[in-house]
Amino acid sequence: MRGYLGVDVGSVSTNLLTTDEQGNIIASLYIRTQGQPIAAIQEGLALLKKELPADFQVCGAGATGSGRTLAGVIVGADLVKNEITAHAIAASRLVPNVQTVLEVGGQDSKIIILREGVVTDFAMNTVCAAGTGSFLDHQAERLNVPIEDFGTYALQADNPVRIAGRCTVFAESDMVHKQQLGYSLQNIIAGLCEALVRNYLNNVARGKDILPPVVFQGGVAANIGIKAAFEKALGTPVYVPDHYGVMGAWGAALLAQENMSTGKNGASSFRGFEAAKLDYEASSFDCQGCPNQCEVVSISMEGKVIGRWGDRCGRWENMLGNT
Amino acid sequence: MGNSPPVFKQILSELGYDVVVPPPPSRRTLDLGTKYAPEFACIPFKILLGSYLEAIDLGADTIISTGGVGPCRAGYYGELHRGILHDLGHDVDLIIIEPPLKRPADFLRAMYLLFRERKAPLWKLPDIFWRAWLKLNAIDCVEKASHDIRTFEIDKGETTTVFRQCMEILDAAQSKIEIKEATDASLELLSAIPQDRSRDPIKIGLIGEIYVVLEPLANHNVQVKLEEMGVLVHRSIYLAEWTQNNALTNREYDVKKAAEPFLSELVGGHGRNSIGETVLYAQKGFDGVIQLAPFACIPEIVAKSILPYVSRKLNIPVMTLFLDEQTGEGGIRTRLEAFVDLLVQRKKKKEGQLACVGI
Ligand code: SF4
Repeated sequence: MRGYLGVDVGSVSTNLLTTDEQGNIIASLYIRTQGQPIAAIQEGLALLKKELPADFQVCGAGATGSGRTLAGVIVGADLVKNEITAHAIAASRLVPNVQTVLEVGGQDSKIIILREGVVTDFAMNTVCAAGTGSFLDHQAERLNVPIEDFGTYALQADNPVRIAGRCTVFAESDMVHKQQLGYSLQNIIAGLCEALVRNYLNNVARGKDILPPVVFQGGVAANIGIKAAFEKALGTPVYVPDHYGVMGAWGAALLAQENMSTGKNGASSFRGFEAAKLDYEASSFDCQGCPNQCEVVSISMEGKVIGRWGDRCGRWENMLGNT
Repeated sequence: MGNSPPVFKQILSELGYDVVVPPPPSRRTLDLGTKYAPEFACIPFKILLGSYLEAIDLGADTIISTGGVGPCRAGYYGELHRGILHDLGHDVDLIIIEPPLKRPADFLRAMYLLFRERKAPLWKLPDIFWRAWLKLNAIDCVEKASHDIRTFEIDKGETTTVFRQCMEILDAAQSKIEIKEATDASLELLSAIPQDRSRDPIKIGLIGEIYVVLEPLANHNVQVKLEEMGVLVHRSIYLAEWTQNNALTNREYDVKKAAEPFLSELVGGHGRNSIGETVLYAQKGFDGVIQLAPFACIPEIVAKSILPYVSRKLNIPVMTLFLDEQTGEGGIRTRLEAFVDLLVQRKKKKEGQLACVGI
């Protein structure tokens, strides 16, 4: 069997996914990055391999996410793409006429505006809307409610409390205050969801023209409370895809598929699932070659340098090409 | 700012001063500035302060800087810098040169301070300034040429290497003839770079606050980054041009006029220019505009809030990058890449091609 691989390495989670030749998802998984992207990717490859038919052949691989350069080098991706484009591609594959994509992940959130299948505008979170996913996890723990049930609680609210949502720090202290005033858990959780949505709409989505159909993806899309709060605030149904958590990786796989279909690229440079067993090492140093003092990162595989970046002048990167 | 320091160095050393040029702003400069600046000061303030401290480390006892006009706090920065340096116990003179036409008295005072110890005879002054002016223009001219070439270079990074050589050649040139020759030699070196002119690049205009537009450290070298992605970038501000238009004469009518339908007030800094330049780029058929703004810069915030309207009305995508010492390299790169993807898709679509994204 032939297909494509997509890898999305973010600061909180690392997602891997394979598709068939038509781009339909056949296996996907989600791993916590935990500050160790290389280990996460390797673990992901090993787990993914187990879920695939023995004869599965990757004929194209794509990488995305904030760790995309690293991921690209490690898996030997044919295409490395930013997460905005990757998310847009995946969403429009699912809902061809989608006009708005809301994406809220562990650390980052973004909004993508599309018209007639083309991205026309986008924005990523400012500092004050960062970490929504992590924040929710944290609050669930504090309120002693499993995060999976968070949404259910929110939907049971009869009168959501208004919580200051300027940023997650404000929201937290205000929530604690409301808790002490004796509001019900349901109403507090619903209020929290609404505060986060308000915060997102005021910061990330400020000035953007939100038109239906709206797709909501990223890890936080699992939370039906947030979904409901979006629907309430926007006054339009919000569609959450089945694979809401791995849309970036799917986008990367779809882009790899498109990339390979142009035909000019020859065989895939995918290193194979064996990459999971190889010994990779990342190191970095401050170049003293000029006043820029760039922080240069290099990745080696089995002791041999296979990737370098971070230098402004290209002297380290080019050295690699010459060897 | 950018490539201009050698020119000022030349003027001052010909006037008979010992000159120390602080190293080009680096991460260290910014860290130093951030440490001693008020937290909410903007990034130009912090980089300048860092540079002053680096210059003092190298033995400077007098610092020369420029002032500003209009409702933007930059006009007050010189005073604040002076206060901070004195509080840190540095006994330095900070001479602030105000725009000659707008603040003549202050300008003359600064000139007096500047010239009181000069060793060059008066009759030499016109020549010294004229050559400095020629050099500033030469630097701009060579830099512009490098930007026209980098987009098409075949070996990524080559233009940057050659450009650095050019700056050394220009730095060494003193007389009028030498400056002319150095310019020609530089242009020749640049045009010898192997290029692929069959590419059909998208075009982006760079606008925003002058300091962050000119200083690569502040803007994460966006222009070069974009060019290395194969984008043709036009920058709205070059130092010689800007000096001519602002400090010496008062030409900028076309930019101001272009801004008029959207913003007719003076909002300080480059706020109104940012609007006007966006309009002009749209009229010239650019594919997109990137606004560079120091975090918390009021004039640029005003401009930013009007830009979505300009963008919709004139059908040109605009992206704003707010910059401060917290701005991460990764975030900037992701936004630039996504913006370029967006423009490429739009262009393909306009040209009736299938708007696929695998660029
Ligand atoms: S990598 Fe290049 S640009 Fe960066 S510090 Fe070293 S010599 Fe300078």
